[in-house]
Amino acid sequence: MSSCGAPEQGIALPANVDAGKEVVLDGKVTSGDTPVEGAFVRLLDASGEFTAEVVSSAGGDFRFFAAPGEWTVRALHRSGNGEVKVSADGPGLHKVAVSVG
Amino acid sequence: MSREDVLVSAAWAEENLTAGGVVFVEVDEDASAYDTGHIPGAVKIDWRNDLQDPVRRDFVDRAGFEKLLSARGIGNDDTVILYGGNNNWFAAYAYWYFKLYGHRSVKLLDGGRKKWELDGRPLDADAVTREETTYTAQEQDLSLRAFRQEAVDAINTKNLVDVRSPDEFSGKLAAPAHLPQEQAQVKGHIPTAINVPWSKAANEDGTFKSNDELRELYKDAGLDEGKATIAYCRIGERSSHTWFALHELLDYSDVKNYDGSWTEYGSLVGVPVEVGA
Repeated sequence: MSSCGAPEQGIALPANVDAGKEVVLDGKVTSGDTPVEGAFVRLLDASGEFTAEVVSSAGGDFRFFAAPGEWTVRALHRSGNGEVKVSADGPGLHKVAVSVG
Repeated sequence: MSREDVLVSAAWAEENLTAGGVVFVEVDEDASAYDTGHIPGAVKIDWRNDLQDPVRRDFVDRAGFEKLLSARGIGNDDTVILYGGNNNWFAAYAYWYFKLYGHRSVKLLDGGRKKWELDGRPLDADAVTREETTYTAQEQDLSLRAFRQEAVDAINTKNLVDVRSPDEFSGKLAAPAHLPQEQAQVKGHIPTAINVPWSKAANEDGTFKSNDELRELYKDAGLDEGKATIAYCRIGERSSHTWFALHELLDYSDVKNYDGSWTEYGSLVGVPVEVGA
């Protein structure tokens, strides 16, 4: 499970997922320069309505399969919360960085 | 029923971790969460491996439920406190199974794993063993469970509450946004359903909103309190969460969970489907 020395990127997509068709929001939760594991990462739509939630991995990584549009990614952690807006114009990988604490 | 009969706070739970006759049970879709850390003394139920039929699209039968609870050391007289990840989705689903099979005392931990973790309360990875019991379940209480024909018959006659996200309801997405979107079923919702996403019943930390807030939420969305209600989502877990809010917290009398949900309905030939908000 160690990701030491790995190039900076999200965890590999499952083999059955076609990034050419899916709108993938791929991101990382950090506090300073440190990845934050176990943050509750919430995806909110353009109206602020909750859409989905995942827990960040040991490397702080998270991923959503969304649709084109404006999104807010909000992270909750016992050390603090943070959020960032994302604009996804179409299918493909969209990088997201959220800072907490 | 009062809120205290069906829901416990994280503070209460922490004070009662070793209380006699109380069993904490973690229920998750991703069972690895339990293995990395769980509420001290809690046993694990794996939603997929323990609660789903391994072959058919259905869940554990009465004999299987008896075997599972006996093996986990849960007795008929124990008070079971269920909790889990995903804002208690699968714990609420398990709660519904416990009610279907007639368990007398079962409660949800308000906020589930999320609230527990955000509060910084203790977790450990110690192995938990409880002495095996001889558990006796009842026949399924079908006043709590809707099947597909009831969902079709409810169009224009009962409250249908679609608890998926607005984008799933309108047909923009086929599944929650943390899952891949290619699915066999068509997109859309059951005609005349109102859309009240499960998340509106919960606060950001995963706890349920107050009864006053919940009552107003469903009323404003068009729920007729004088009619029977069927809740559904994609696979029946988020709708268990809303079923809990409507039937257990608000005490509405005739509320069923349609566990076949959109995975089944969206695959049926010949039934009406609506798209758009």
